Amino acid sequence: MIRVVLPAHLRTLARVNGEVTLEVEGPVTQRAILDALEARYPMLRGTVRDHVTLKRRAFVRFFACEQDLSHESPDALLPDAVANGIEPFLIVGAMAGG
Amino acid sequence: MSRVRLLAGTKKGAFILTSDGTRKKWEVNGPLFGGWEMYHLKGSPADPNRLYASQTSGWFGQIIQRSDDGGKTWHQPGTPPGEPTTAPDGTPKGESNKFLYDTSEVSGRPLTTHQWYDGTQRPWEFKRVWHLEPSLNDPDMVYAGVEDAALFRSTDGGQSWQELAGLRSAKGHLWQPGAGGMCLHSIILDRKNPQRIFIAISAAGVFRTDDGGKTWRPVNRGLKSQYELPDPDAEVGHCVHHIAMNRTRPNVLFMQKHWDVMRSDDAGESWHEVSGNLPTDFGFPIDVHAHEPETVYVIPIKSDSEHYVPEGKLRVYRSRTGGNEWEALTNGLPQHDCYVNILRDAMAVDSLDPCGIYFGTTGGQVYGSADAGDHWEPIVRDLPAVLSVEVQVLP
Repeated sequence: MIRVVLPAHLRTLARVNGEVTLEVEGPVTQRAILDALEARYPMLRGTVRDHVTLKRRAFVRFFACEQDLSHESPDALLPDAVANGIEPFLIVGAMAGG
Repeated sequence: MSRVRLLAGTKKGAFILTSDGTRKKWEVNGPLFGGWEMYHLKGSPADPNRLYASQTSGWFGQIIQRSDDGGKTWHQPGTPPGEPTTAPDGTPKGESNKFLYDTSEVSGRPLTTHQWYDGTQRPWEFKRVWHLEPSLNDPDMVYAGVEDAALFRSTDGGQSWQELAGLRSAKGHLWQPGAGGMCLHSIILDRKNPQRIFIAISAAGVFRTDDGGKTWRPVNRGLKSQYELPDPDAEVGHCVHHIAMNRTRPNVLFMQKHWDVMRSDDAGESWHEVSGNLPTDFGFPIDVHAHEPETVYVIPIKSDSEHYVPEGKLRVYRSRTGGNEWEALTNGLPQHDCYVNILRDAMAVDSLDPCGIYFGTTGGQVYGSADAGDHWEPIVRDLPAVLSVEVQVLP
């Protein structure tokens, strides 16, 4: 079970409170988590990553285990603590705009 | 008695303001979608309870919202709460915010770039929806004017969107962004000719289709933009801020250009200036009285570099002669120390008699007049900066 923390605006869109938990089959990567997230909450498609290129939106960041993983490959394995559900995968609206 | 519903989009959410037909006491509901930029909300003329809204964010992109009950509840089209999140064929829903430029061989080519500030060509890149224009007779059909400038249409209530790519063939390689971005901000549907649509783009100009959106051509003859375009006969590249029409007279159009207030009596084939005695002819919104086709409203702004009303006075200017002769309307509006702007989609007229006029400011005020502009009252004073105002008259 993967734990995902969404920013407030995306929780509102997805109509959820608190953390989201997802089942991810196979290697736990950013791409696998986002695929599972968008499959369960299709209203979030296009809000975290581009519909077509699947690239992360510029002002969205991915944190986990006190690390900024935003620039990691979407296919890189995430830390075991995320894969084991000990630590959440955080989707964060970047500080921007001063 | 009729009721009136104002739909106000602001920098930090949407607000719905309602009144009875006297338009004296208003109820303010909101914020809806708090914290999001609400570029535009508009109701379907065919079903006033069907509302569409453009919800945008620099962080999370574009969202389309729809209400089927006059704004009480909202959902992303195709993803209503409690319904399956995949279509019967297994395809995920959530396509309502997917605006893909048409690059097909048949309809989307050869144009795939527009002019950038430095004169180079740059591919179209979707940023946001500026304006939503529901069909006059089909609640499920709605047009979206977007940045980078293009026109999209949905025929399934906003669930999916298709570009009318013929527009980009109208010299799209010469279009360039204005300071606010290369946005398609005005869409006017012709009530007498369902095949005819007018759109306006900053900074490209006005374009018209006479075949329901398949082919388009620029209709900018007569526009002079000497500070932006040295060529006095340039067909495109004009920074049109807004266009307006009285629905009973679709061949007569009024325009607030970057500088100049303009008029066309032949459906855009030619334009002539009607700025007349305005204190400045720079501005953003323009609208036409619902029952008097020669009565036009503008709100002049000091200049292109000073985006606030001149002399600290908030004055709506009204012409009852189709332009050239303008009178300042000030009763009830602040006449000192006022330095707000009024954006292009932030003025609307209702269809009651006497005609009601409404506008919202970057200072967060929404003003209304129930007597065609003679007297004004603030409906609400302290909203976030107002991006758009639309009005509906309900039975």
